[in-house]
Amino acid sequence: MSSDGENAAEAARTRSAWLLSTPALIVLVFAASGPLLIVLAYSFLTPGKYGNVIWDFDLSGWIGILYTRDIFDGTLKLADAHLSIFWRSVKLSILTTAITFAVGFPTAWFIATRPSKQRAFWLFLITIPFWTNLLIRTVAINEVIRNEGLLNTFLIWLGVISEPIRIIYTDTAVLIGMAYVYLPLMVLPLFAAIDRFDMRLLEAGYDLYASRWRVLRRVILPIVKPGIVAGSILVFVPSLGAYVTPRVLGGGKNMMIGNFIELQFGQGRNWPLGAALSMTLLLVVMVALLFYVRAATKESTPHG
Amino acid sequence: MTEPPIAVEARNVVKSFGQGAMAVKALDDVSVNIRQGEFFTLLGPSGCGKTTLLRLIAGFETPTSGQILLDGSDITHLPPNKRAVNTVFQSYALFPHLSVAQNIAFGLEMQDRPRAEVKETVARMLALVKLEAMADRKTSQLSGGQQQRVALARALAPAPKVLLLDEPLSALDLKLRKEMQIELKRLQMETGITFVFVTHDQEEALTMSDRIAVMSAGHIQQIGSPRDIYNHPANRFVASFIGETNFLTGHSDGNRVTLGNGASFDLAAPKGAVTLAIRPEQLRIVARDGAGAMPATVNSTVYFGTDTHLHLQLSDGTEMVARLQNPASGEVKVQKGADVGVVVAQSALQILGDQADVVGR
Repeated sequence: MSSDGENAAEAARTRSAWLLSTPALIVLVFAASGPLLIVLAYSFLTPGKYGNVIWDFDLSGWIGILYTRDIFDGTLKLADAHLSIFWRSVKLSILTTAITFAVGFPTAWFIATRPSKQRAFWLFLITIPFWTNLLIRTVAINEVIRNEGLLNTFLIWLGVISEPIRIIYTDTAVLIGMAYVYLPLMVLPLFAAIDRFDMRLLEAGYDLYASRWRVLRRVILPIVKPGIVAGSILVFVPSLGAYVTPRVLGGGKNMMIGNFIELQFGQGRNWPLGAALSMTLLLVVMVALLFYVRAATKESTPHG
Repeated sequence: MTEPPIAVEARNVVKSFGQGAMAVKALDDVSVNIRQGEFFTLLGPSGCGKTTLLRLIAGFETPTSGQILLDGSDITHLPPNKRAVNTVFQSYALFPHLSVAQNIAFGLEMQDRPRAEVKETVARMLALVKLEAMADRKTSQLSGGQQQRVALARALAPAPKVLLLDEPLSALDLKLRKEMQIELKRLQMETGITFVFVTHDQEEALTMSDRIAVMSAGHIQQIGSPRDIYNHPANRFVASFIGETNFLTGHSDGNRVTLGNGASFDLAAPKGAVTLAIRPEQLRIVARDGAGAMPATVNSTVYFGTDTHLHLQLSDGTEMVARLQNPASGEVKVQKGADVGVVVAQSALQILGDQADVVGR
């Protein structure tokens, strides 16, 4: 039950809240939504001869995502090359997420279980790569895995192999590079979740006849799940749109969506296709996010 | 009458933390037998080693030397998940991602008991702790007392041979604590499970236990029934830790103990200096020239509702406290500064042993 006075006060509070959020709203509308709307508009226009767009409605950009027009008879065919690029992007992003989790979870656990004085040091080590430009880090990885690079030279010197293993310019190279680049984004949210985890629950689990494996699966993982979800989003989303890493480590052939989009705005001179691809990427990311968030907020189902 | 068999035995257990010269002995050569179906309490001030002993029985720690036996078999090096022993933690340590019923089912599921049995046991446990209506709640939605009950039900569900309770009531307010004391005692009676209870609260220990082990500085000072421990404390530490006690120092010639103020008692005590103990409620206050009374001065009086405490000083400077029950109407009429006589009944005096030569009973 509320009186008129309370209603008026409530309305005043609402007004001032809107007023205070105006700067944020302006930034959101013009800096985030604006460019997005431009890209959305471009995706429905006709490609110009030298890049750019002609303001005529045309669905060819969207059609071009999956189909390609035969040069000779002009019929539409499924574009296998595009599909393989999409598939590679999704596959490499999922694998990157999985690898960063497999490596990041023990790392985050290790840091969270250090005495609090040492933790800052370990976290500092994790964040050091952020201080360097992404391109330089990727080139450094290139230096490690290329045919005459550190890894192959070392293995040949050891006598483990006689011929260099060809890693550079393969999907594996892209995967290694992305796992390295995005690892901190997995470790930090995992650390935050594990840091909040009440270690006494481990004893409770052991006490109640759970093996170490079952304590991990039935107690630790469900409780730190928000951290796992956050880390997975932070790794999966930029992986899907990765540009630099596949460019430097994957060579020209092992393109991902990001490189494919860049191609349309550059050599391809097909801005509407590039714009449509960008929107598709956005949609895929949104679907993935919905999936993650639902998994994260879902009440744990009863066992037994 | 035959005594029930031993459920838990600690044999010459030593537990040190730290290395080399920095090592601290939390437990120093502790041996104790806990009988089946017994409510056994480890009582002592913080840092006395009582929780360490509990954690050794649970398996969270391994003794530096010595053995832990459960039903006669050596479990010293078994991990906690292989011991038929469950713990109620001081912090409860309930699983926040599980409902009340799922928490209680956890131990049973980890033992891979059949589903029907798990369901049946969980229902029985919920009824036992009177939480049927809360089965599907998250544990964070419960009050402290309810969480406490879930922790109990969770630990009792797998029907352990021994239930370990690590100061489970310390987080509750006084009224709830009293209720849970009765509740715990009822649960122990109904389940017949051996309870090993850790507390620093002497009143809690006295009211709930079948037997108490009083611990201090890594040693067991005395083991006995609450009555034994209260009425016949083995040494000065036990006498002062359990209830309030007055200490009188005197000199013994073998058959007779003479106090500093000249009063003497026919007590057989080892020759030399002795310490006598007497409870405040066993002192009688009479007129200064009363028969057999020691002269004393009242330094202060403190009103406690049911009784009044008189802080007395004997002629040789020894300080004592006398507890007098207040009469139905009004209160004890003794003024501060009054000169009174204190009667010490010889039968109420305890001769205290030296702290070093203590043996468990």
